[in-house]
Amino acid sequence: MRNVGLIMRRELRGYFATPLAYIFIVIFLALAGALTFFVGGLLQRGQADLQPFFTFHPWLYLFLVPALSMRLWAEERRTGTIELFLTLPITMSEAVIAKFLAAWAFTAIAVILTFPLWITVNLLGNPDNGVILASYVGSLLMAGAFLAVGSMISATTKNQVIAFVVTTAALFVFALAGSDAVLEAFRGWAPAIVVDLIAGFGFLTHFQSIARGVIDLRDAIFFGSVIVLALFANALIVDLKKAD
Amino acid sequence: MVASDMTNALSVRGLVKRFGPKTAVDDLSFEVATGEVLGFLGPNGAGKSTTMKMICGFLAPSVGTAVICGHDVLENPIAAKRSFGYLPEGAPAYPDMTTIGFLDFIAGIRGYNGTERRERVTAAIAKTRLEEVIHQPIETLSKGFKRRVGLAQALLHDPAVLILDEPTDGLDPNQKFEVRKLIKAMAATKAIVISTHILEEVDAVCSRAMIIARGRILADDTPEGLRGLSASRNLDDVFREVTANA
Repeated sequence: MRNVGLIMRRELRGYFATPLAYIFIVIFLALAGALTFFVGGLLQRGQADLQPFFTFHPWLYLFLVPALSMRLWAEERRTGTIELFLTLPITMSEAVIAKFLAAWAFTAIAVILTFPLWITVNLLGNPDNGVILASYVGSLLMAGAFLAVGSMISATTKNQVIAFVVTTAALFVFALAGSDAVLEAFRGWAPAIVVDLIAGFGFLTHFQSIARGVIDLRDAIFFGSVIVLALFANALIVDLKKAD
Repeated sequence: MVASDMTNALSVRGLVKRFGPKTAVDDLSFEVATGEVLGFLGPNGAGKSTTMKMICGFLAPSVGTAVICGHDVLENPIAAKRSFGYLPEGAPAYPDMTTIGFLDFIAGIRGYNGTERRERVTAAIAKTRLEEVIHQPIETLSKGFKRRVGLAQALLHDPAVLILDEPTDGLDPNQKFEVRKLIKAMAATKAIVISTHILEEVDAVCSRAMIIARGRILADDTPEGLRGLSASRNLDDVFREVTANA
């Protein structure tokens, strides 16, 4: 646990050591605000809630999460610090979990900084703050799943750009897996169970109720499982590919 | 078995590493006792770095293992990793961290806290003469300072075994002298393995040298003994003659 804390702090400082952290936070907040007001029509809806805001979270994460996860392992491999890092007296799980938690904590900071929106709806009306809190928690859970997949992909390459592009593509597939457009392509020929399985992997499907402020246990378990599975694969990939 | 673990700080047992059809390290076994400085010589690609990576638990051996202070690096990696300090080839360190921030992180991972943590960092900085760059990001450091940061992190916890992969590579003569002086100063209480392809280093710091090529030990003797292998008594000639037939 102590090692996890130490590594996590080092990684978090790593984000803030470069302009990446500030650029990320500014763009995240600007995009979140713009989408919520101009596309989501927060003010025109005449309802005091943050649903238009949360609806856009998967799309924000789709492009911004890969920017956070791409460096986690690719950077260690490019600079050769992975050899130093993994010959320190730490376990592989400590290393993988600490890096993931650092990226997740950073995302939480960015998401929490959207609080002026919450203040805005509270000034304009009487929103259900329980629903808003649940949506925040659910959104972070989904971000965790995105980050775990991104961290795993980062472990496969030395090149951060490759990690970024592949992660974005993979997350796009995950996001849309449950949509009608994708399922229609399979319905014609694939057995129903396969179609259901693909639908079950749709991040958007699992996020729909969360955006409305309902955290269904099944959705929470889904995102939790994605995190655990992706990090497990992450550790295996690091172990197999660290010396390449 | 137990007795030999006690006397020999480092015991390398039948290490083999295959990369596909290529055998990089071919059944390497040797022991290093406390007080010894073993020079690991060999042409580029001889398997020096690969062997060191296996000893330190970074690469998994195809066959064999290494035992550091009685801890098998495969069976008990954490205890083994606590017992050695390792300077990987090229002295990698986190480029965005400052020297002191980096060493403080290493001290934390090495289990030190509070005053002891600060003392350890200060001692490592003093030993490697890093005082003037402690607040500089590592990416802005010269090669010599970067190498010394790598050495500082390797010896911060005063380990019984030091594995140094080309500790003086790319340094100017003054810096080489400093690093060698540092190694010699620590030699009495540690088992040290340094890899190099600079033969003058053998005379300068090693009590014993091993020439390897294609992953096999071709010679293992004191520097003086190695000289006897060539009529000219010149280490360069010894190196060429020994590795020529490999």
